[in-house]
Amino acid sequence: MSDSLIDIGNPAVNPVEPFLRTDRMPHIWCPGCGIGTTVNSFARALIDSKIDLGSLALVSGIGCTGRVAGYVKLDSFHTTHGRAIPFATGLKLANPKLNVVVYSGDGDLSAIGGNHLIHAARRNIDLKVICVNNLIYAMTGGQTAPTTPDHSTTSTNPYGVFEPSFNLPHLVEAAGAVYVARWTTFHVRQLSRSIGEAFQKKGFSFIEVISPCPTLYQRRNKLGDGLDTMKYYKEKSKVRHGAPTSEVGLTMTGEIIVGKFVDRDRPDYGTMMRAQFTESLGEKFVEQDEQEVPVCS
Amino acid sequence: MKADPRGVLTGIHFIDGDHACCEGALAAGARFAAGYPITPSTEVVERFASRVPKVGGTFIQMEDELAASITLQGAVWGGAKAFTVTSGPGFSLMMEHIGYAAMTETPCVFVDVQRGGPSTGLPTLPAQADMMQARWGSHGDYEIIALCPNSPQECFDLTIKAFNLAEEFRVPVMFMMDEVVGHMTEKVVIPPADQIEVVPRKHTRKSVEDYLPYDTNGDQVPEMAHAGEGYNFHVTGLTHDEHGYPNMTPQVQDKLVRRLQNKIRDAADRIAMFEEEQLDGADVVVVSYGITSRVAQRAIGVAREQGLRVGKLRLITAWPFPEKKIRELAAKVKAFVVPELNLGQMVREVERAAAGQAKTFAVSHAGGGVHRPEDILKVIVEASRCQTA
Amino acid sequence: MQLTEIRVAGFGGQGVILSAILLGKAASIYQGAFATMTQNFGPEARGGACSAQLVLSDSPVLYPYVTKPDILVVMSQEAYVRFVPELKDGGILIVEQDLVRVSDINQELQVYSIPATRIAEELGKRMVLNSVMVGFFTAVTHLLDADAVRKAVADSVPPSFLDLNLKAFEKGLEYGINAPTATTETADAELQEQYSPE
Repeated sequence: MSDSLIDIGNPAVNPVEPFLRTDRMPHIWCPGCGIGTTVNSFARALIDSKIDLGSLALVSGIGCTGRVAGYVKLDSFHTTHGRAIPFATGLKLANPKLNVVVYSGDGDLSAIGGNHLIHAARRNIDLKVICVNNLIYAMTGGQTAPTTPDHSTTSTNPYGVFEPSFNLPHLVEAAGAVYVARWTTFHVRQLSRSIGEAFQKKGFSFIEVISPCPTLYQRRNKLGDGLDTMKYYKEKSKVRHGAPTSEVGLTMTGEIIVGKFVDRDRPDYGTMMRAQFTESLGEKFVEQDEQEVPVCS
Repeated sequence: MKADPRGVLTGIHFIDGDHACCEGALAAGARFAAGYPITPSTEVVERFASRVPKVGGTFIQMEDELAASITLQGAVWGGAKAFTVTSGPGFSLMMEHIGYAAMTETPCVFVDVQRGGPSTGLPTLPAQADMMQARWGSHGDYEIIALCPNSPQECFDLTIKAFNLAEEFRVPVMFMMDEVVGHMTEKVVIPPADQIEVVPRKHTRKSVEDYLPYDTNGDQVPEMAHAGEGYNFHVTGLTHDEHGYPNMTPQVQDKLVRRLQNKIRDAADRIAMFEEEQLDGADVVVVSYGITSRVAQRAIGVAREQGLRVGKLRLITAWPFPEKKIRELAAKVKAFVVPELNLGQMVREVERAAAGQAKTFAVSHAGGGVHRPEDILKVIVEASRCQTA
Repeated sequence: MQLTEIRVAGFGGQGVILSAILLGKAASIYQGAFATMTQNFGPEARGGACSAQLVLSDSPVLYPYVTKPDILVVMSQEAYVRFVPELKDGGILIVEQDLVRVSDINQELQVYSIPATRIAEELGKRMVLNSVMVGFFTAVTHLLDADAVRKAVADSVPPSFLDLNLKAFEKGLEYGINAPTATTETADAELQEQYSPE
């Protein structure tokens, strides 16, 4: 089945189209929004990595990025606000053969879902997390997120944000992620390559994509439109693979350090669990069946 | 179909309700649990954590109840039968995902070993004050099923029933234990696997091309597929059409939410389980559930010795509420007496269903212990003296 | 067997709960009666005072708690002080004689005492104290068949400690068969004598 999907023989068809629910178009994202760009990079990563689409599931939380689950032609789950990671954890543990991608926004993953983010990284659950960071709550109208840079203005900090923001790569590295990278929506090829690399890793992988929200973040902060933001990303991004994540925090108009920051190996949750049970229980340990639930035949 | 013998601890045991509930879940085919420690429910997942690696399955202790209550649903869509276990404060946190399970029609079981509340309340002492929360706790209109065991044996038997109902109706089932039943140790008989009936998942047999995830074909409960089977289906907590796609119009909302409600309401008689005794010719019927039903039984016995005509109706299914049964009885009896370990929850349902045909007397108790049988007796005596409504 | 309320009390680590489980199991699984066991949960159950309630009957047990025990087994002075006043008039009091000093009793009671800890230690393991106590209980209360309790002991302890526990049970049983009954009047004096260090 996957073979036919990646047949890109017809040049009139966008090569990523087979990955999308075209019957769901047009999508809800604003002109200049970067989320669609990330989906494009994601689809290209699927083509390049030749991953078995039948074993791929995508889980989103709530928000603009949360809508990605509704547009990809995959087993896809649009869950509750902040809970994409725990849902994905259950999905992965119940069926370890699945490749599970969590695709959600910065507010969803790091505010309401922040506790789940750090614990999934700590446990090293084998999930590929793509975090589209537009520095704001967009779906609800431009409120402050844990990632909103100092001094920018939001609808809930109309006189300027004064609370410090999260440096997400630093956070997830400290919590235990095995793969951490950051790109912007200007870096479409690099992003695709990173997603492909994350698929090769076994464990908690986290890719942050800095993405514009022209409607709410850029406009309110007089940072121009989508195109201006692309220019900003192009001029101010510095590729520093292996940069210490403590040094990659973001500011409103400053440099954006991008690249692959962390690429390390440690056993994932499932591997550790099986090793522990094998050691403690020996022959009494029964591996989980492939098909858990007997279904009506 | 019959239970998988690997999960069935056939034999005669002397165990408490929490442990019996765990054995019921294993017998029902549950191979996944996500939990978060909370008294007085933790023994269920402790036993599951110890048992499940020897049966083939997974337990994960999550970072909080919000996580536990959605992790289990991920597992269900991954192909497992799954549940979580908690008590009041954790149950409050899980409400979000009871709504999600209702909306997405994820078959699963939430066990609530009730303790005194509100808030942290009485961690080690009983109450039955989450009954309305079980029914109405998440926002929006939806229906759930709730069962109330009154012994460790029923904690085993009815946990299996809870999983079976969850699968049959694709609905979250609330298993409403209380601290006394959870921590009470009695004989529990676990039959051989071939004597245990389990309901398999309502999995689709349709081809990938023909499958519509939320198309019900008229029987109100859609067929399910699991992730990784090639169906490329979409699940969302948003209002959705038969494709599973978000479609937020009043028409789609009306169709969806009414079906979620009606698939349970229309089957209420079939779901309803109760134990009845001497209802014919009764002047007063004591309606109770859980541990209170046993305390009430003592009071009923004494009342009968005093010559009063007292019937017993024990609710095994609390939700959907067996209102037809109450309505029929209301036409024949003088009064209902409803003792419960709360300040008046199910009694309101009894009163509503009785619709003025018979009087309703609450015997409230704020929790922390059980009623004294004499307190229930007093109200039975009072009720039997009342004039017919 | 008519409805019999039993409380077993002591401190954590004495096998208080297990004793109640053994008796409940014997009654409900091996003797065809009904048994309901509850235990006190809460901070006091951890490390400190510990108590279990057991209700036995020929018909299903409805009310799960002990209101006025027919039999009280105490293995600590604290438990004695706390629970003796609730014991039914004419009830049976069973004490760990090295750990409990019997005094200030206001009811008519039958009092039986056994140095269960010492017997367990002589057998080589202090932790079989509960099996000794259960054997003694079986002999002095005549409530349960010795064989039923023996079976309950056998299927409740780890295989490596099976022989030791059965031996402990027999010791307790034997001690109970030969034990004198003290009445309330004589208990203080007699037990005081037994309690005195040799």
